[in-house]
Amino acid sequence: MKNSSRRGFMGKAFGAVAGVGAVASLYAMKKSWDPLPSVKAAGFTTLDMSAYKENELVTEKWRGKPIFVLKYTADMMASLDEKQKSRTIKIGSSDYMVCLGLCTHLGCIPGYNADEKTFLCACHGGMYDFTGDVTKAPPPRGLDIPPFKIDGEKLVLGEEGPEYKNMKETGVTL
Amino acid sequence: MAHFTKATSVHDWLNQRMGIDTVRRVMATEYWIPKNINFLWAMGMVLAITFAMLLVSGIFLLMYYQPNVDLAFDSVNYTIMKEVDFGWLWRHVHGVAASVVFLIIYIHMFTGIYYGSYKKGREMIWISGMLLFVAFSAEAFSGYMLPWGQMSYWAGMVITNLFAGGSLHADGLVEWIRGDYVPAQAFLSRFFMLHVLLIPLAILGLIGLHFGALRIPHVNNQDGEDIDFEAEAAKYKAGDKAGSKVIAFVNDFMSKDMMVVGVYLVFFFYLVFYHYGFAMDPVNFDPADGLKTPAHIYPEWYFLWSYEILRPFSTDIGLMAFAFAQVIFMMLPFLDRSPNTVPASRRGLFRFWFWAMLIDMIVLTAMGKLPPEGAFSTIGLYAALTFIGLWILLPIITMLEKKA
Repeated sequence: MKNSSRRGFMGKAFGAVAGVGAVASLYAMKKSWDPLPSVKAAGFTTLDMSAYKENELVTEKWRGKPIFVLKYTADMMASLDEKQKSRTIKIGSSDYMVCLGLCTHLGCIPGYNADEKTFLCACHGGMYDFTGDVTKAPPPRGLDIPPFKIDGEKLVLGEEGPEYKNMKETGVTL
Repeated sequence: MAHFTKATSVHDWLNQRMGIDTVRRVMATEYWIPKNINFLWAMGMVLAITFAMLLVSGIFLLMYYQPNVDLAFDSVNYTIMKEVDFGWLWRHVHGVAASVVFLIIYIHMFTGIYYGSYKKGREMIWISGMLLFVAFSAEAFSGYMLPWGQMSYWAGMVITNLFAGGSLHADGLVEWIRGDYVPAQAFLSRFFMLHVLLIPLAILGLIGLHFGALRIPHVNNQDGEDIDFEAEAAKYKAGDKAGSKVIAFVNDFMSKDMMVVGVYLVFFFYLVFYHYGFAMDPVNFDPADGLKTPAHIYPEWYFLWSYEILRPFSTDIGLMAFAFAQVIFMMLPFLDRSPNTVPASRRGLFRFWFWAMLIDMIVLTAMGKLPPEGAFSTIGLYAALTFIGLWILLPIITMLEKKA
């Protein structure tokens, strides 16, 4: 400090004040780009699971994204292996696949073939089985499972129930 | 204080206050351009004129466009196209110019690569030019969102998903960019802001930088000859216009420049009036629907080559290859290790490198448009690998090059 001139000091003082201001305004700018509270609050959807028909894919909507709901037939339930079982949601005596209907490759919507019981993504040729597990690249993993909570016969999307937390811990979904 | 006298004319009045004669001399009549050039040197002016047309047509579109997810589609396809007198003209000029501007940018870039115009003091011209390319790409993408058709929506979905970084799963970043879980109102409003204000401002600033970078090293010429601009300019000013290697930017060079611009504009308006369809994807005439993906999602032609570098690989490797392709052209002045600033035809292996790169990018572009099946996937994969391989080879072959 001894050797610095008064102008040098004023320059540094201004630099310090401007630096604080710049960081503060960057923070404000970052926060202004965040999703709004109203957008976040609209992020819950409740599904009545008793209304679905076996092996008929229904696309619901949650947070603007398509949600695939597929009720398994008895044959489908019988054919499940361990990995497929871990992806399945049990409500009452029925098994369901509930997945985000967006290809994990780049987010296109795969189509369901009810006869072959497979999903095919037309964008880049990725394939999934009826539980949403990946069977053909490029998708890096099976269809993601949205946060859910089982509430009797109902399923609340957007809330994390114990079954979902378990799936997340065991790495079944992200 | 400066000394002012009673003005003898409006010109003199302004000149005393703003030195307009000096400005004119520095910017135009004594800004020197080599004589030894060809029509490819006019692409800069062609780009400036195209940008001006984008700006003017954009201003008129802006008066009727509604940046609202419920209204945007109709404001473009009904209000502008059917109700506004000559609304179709502004839209077609805007769409065609957005596409053609990339054709000219690519010609401008490959001219620079061929003649070595990124070397020996011209590095900043190249770098500022590549920054302009990035800014124009962002401008094209954000503008593509605005009609809010199926291609707008799904291109927005796929491109913003790239920011998740594959296995990094930065979904929070993607949601932050969109302002929602999916492209919705917040997304459309902010990309509208980017398209009409922030990116155009950046482009204007970068154009200033690009021109400024040109000032000291001057324009390159057909032989890469080191011209002593001061000596040649002195010759020109002394009246030896035939003996001088340079001419004045205005009017000498400009008159030829505008001749090329004239030919270009005939071609341009031919497209606007009779062949605008290539710039208007039919899929984008369906309104955006977040629950229905179009069968094929492909970008506009000018992004196809980099899209094809992304596509043949698994997600993470594809993203890395894509990121590589986006930045590598910027590094060209430093990867070319040869001191020779001459046309590629006089540069040993580089002449083959130049044509191989040009052809590879055309192949990538063609494969990017075709569905990723069978032979097309294989050709696409090899073309993508060739692209990466060529850049790895560049420092080696240019180091081996003999001094010309």
